[in-house]
Amino acid sequence: MEENNSKYQVFVVNSGMYLSLSTKKYDLRKKWHKSDPKEIRSIIPGSVIEILVTVGQKVKAGEVLLILDSMKMYTKIEMPYDGIIKSIHISQGDRIPKNTVMLLIE
Amino acid sequence: MSFKRNILDLRKRKKEAQQGGGEKAIEKQVAMGKKTARERIKAILDENSFHEYDLFVEHTGRDFDMEKKVLHGDGVIIGTGTMYNHPVAIYAQDFTVAGGSLGLMHARKITKIMDHALKMRVPLIGINDSGGARIQEGVNSLAGYGEIFYRNTNASGVIPQISVILGPCAGGAVYSPALTDFVFVVENISKMFITGPGVIKTVLGEEISMEELGGAMVHSEITGNAHFFAKSEDECFEQIKKLITFIPWNNAQKALKFPPQEPLPQRNIEDIVPIDPHHPYDIRDIIKAVTDGSDFFEIMEYFARNIVIGFGRIQGNTIGFVANQPMYLAGVLDCDSSDKAARFIRYCDAFNIPLVTLEDMPGYLPGVDQEHAGVIRHGAKLLYAYSEATVPKVTVIIRKAYGGGYIAMNSRHLGADFVFAWPTAEIAVMGPEGAANIVFKKEIDEAENPAEMRKQKIQEYKDKFANPFVAASKGYIDEVIEPSETRARLIHSLEVSSSKVDPRPERKHGIPPF
Repeated sequence: MEENNSKYQVFVVNSGMYLSLSTKKYDLRKKWHKSDPKEIRSIIPGSVIEILVTVGQKVKAGEVLLILDSMKMYTKIEMPYDGIIKSIHISQGDRIPKNTVMLLIE
Repeated sequence: MSFKRNILDLRKRKKEAQQGGGEKAIEKQVAMGKKTARERIKAILDENSFHEYDLFVEHTGRDFDMEKKVLHGDGVIIGTGTMYNHPVAIYAQDFTVAGGSLGLMHARKITKIMDHALKMRVPLIGINDSGGARIQEGVNSLAGYGEIFYRNTNASGVIPQISVILGPCAGGAVYSPALTDFVFVVENISKMFITGPGVIKTVLGEEISMEELGGAMVHSEITGNAHFFAKSEDECFEQIKKLITFIPWNNAQKALKFPPQEPLPQRNIEDIVPIDPHHPYDIRDIIKAVTDGSDFFEIMEYFARNIVIGFGRIQGNTIGFVANQPMYLAGVLDCDSSDKAARFIRYCDAFNIPLVTLEDMPGYLPGVDQEHAGVIRHGAKLLYAYSEATVPKVTVIIRKAYGGGYIAMNSRHLGADFVFAWPTAEIAVMGPEGAANIVFKKEIDEAENPAEMRKQKIQEYKDKFANPFVAASKGYIDEVIEPSETRARLIHSLEVSSSKVDPRPERKHGIPPF
């Protein structure tokens, strides 16, 4: 019995503890963490058409940072709030997946 | 003589019961920025139209000293009234009475008004403001929830069901709103979750605030549980009053007809859409260019913004609009946008509201996350909903209509009654870039200058297929129209479809890919 139990994990549900098997999807889940407002991430995969800012540049909220070609559409990525470009992690022509950190701002 | 005494006694009893949890509890409610249950009902209904029932109902809790407690109305107010002089049924949980907690009699009151609403075929509005199950009443309170869910399900598609979340709505309680047609939330007031932040932190170590976990914006933007977001209770009540003008009172009726109006003269409809298909625009401007008074009442504005759904009127009749939104995620179809549109289509079909689809859609969003999130079964909901709908269905293809998305967006093949295309429409199995790489692979590979050849072949493909005329030559498109003719074509096609009959095979029910 003891040996058989070793493959079970402890699950806590409604203040009760239960031994149970896990599922693949459950094991693959990612822990939630607050998104960092200083990171400009891609919300859709695409290729970088043009980068309109440089490191150190002061940028106002709403100004276009770069243009991404995704799904046959040029999407303008805008500055979320007034700030300075800290670093750029992509180059023109790059094909990037979703959720890539493209720029850091401060 | 003795009558007077009885009447005075009645008045006294009423007054006492109507106080709910009493002054202190009401003060607390107000301090949280919330209105009382009674004020909320008054704010939604026509003036002086509310009639209350079960004011004197008492709770039945006998354990844990509950028998000594008086809970006025058992924490919920039920009744009927009118909106724009049409009858509606309503209930409001009263947080000032035992935190609006749900016990057996509380639930009985709710199910009583639900039964009335269904029998009388009038809309049901439920205002949720409750700490959850009344633990002292044990399984009786679970029974109460279950009996509410059962009635929500039975009434679904028969009468409109509107849920207003004006306080906490946690644990099992969230499932009643989730089973209803429209959920309204208010910033800083509405909180919905199954498991609270405390438990999540203890068990999983994830630290999150109540607002970030289940606040109004989270449910509007991330989860898709809420349909309407407001900054205040008053704004929320205005939204409810506007929604109700667009929908019929039950599934045997049509929505009220309003006097027809021309759209407000704005920009030329042709000037809204950029000539370069790579450039975005706001599809809602096109909707407003064809609706009466340029009025468009958007639903789920913040969730899956790559598709737009909502109500507008054409010649005074309510129309349900479904439109790809090139301004967000290039207007792609994905899991969330398919879910959003599919449910709305089923709502419109259930309540006799014709559907107009505006299409500008490059395809399905590629990515591992989409595939693993089940874009196949979620996407299938859209196909199911359009195919199943028997209300009038009209499609206008504005620009892109590629691949599986072309089929999904109410194509002729799924039973559209009328399909129009602007001359700018691109209807093909895939985009020119991708298609050229496959169709002309050999020519490109073997060319002296493959890049040049590729460019040439893309243009060749574009000229040949990226237009509406191939589809029109097969009769898949009924007519290629000038943009300025759009409203007139919609008016006529909807008029022609107004007595549409489109029977389906007899069955208990279909099995949509939930």
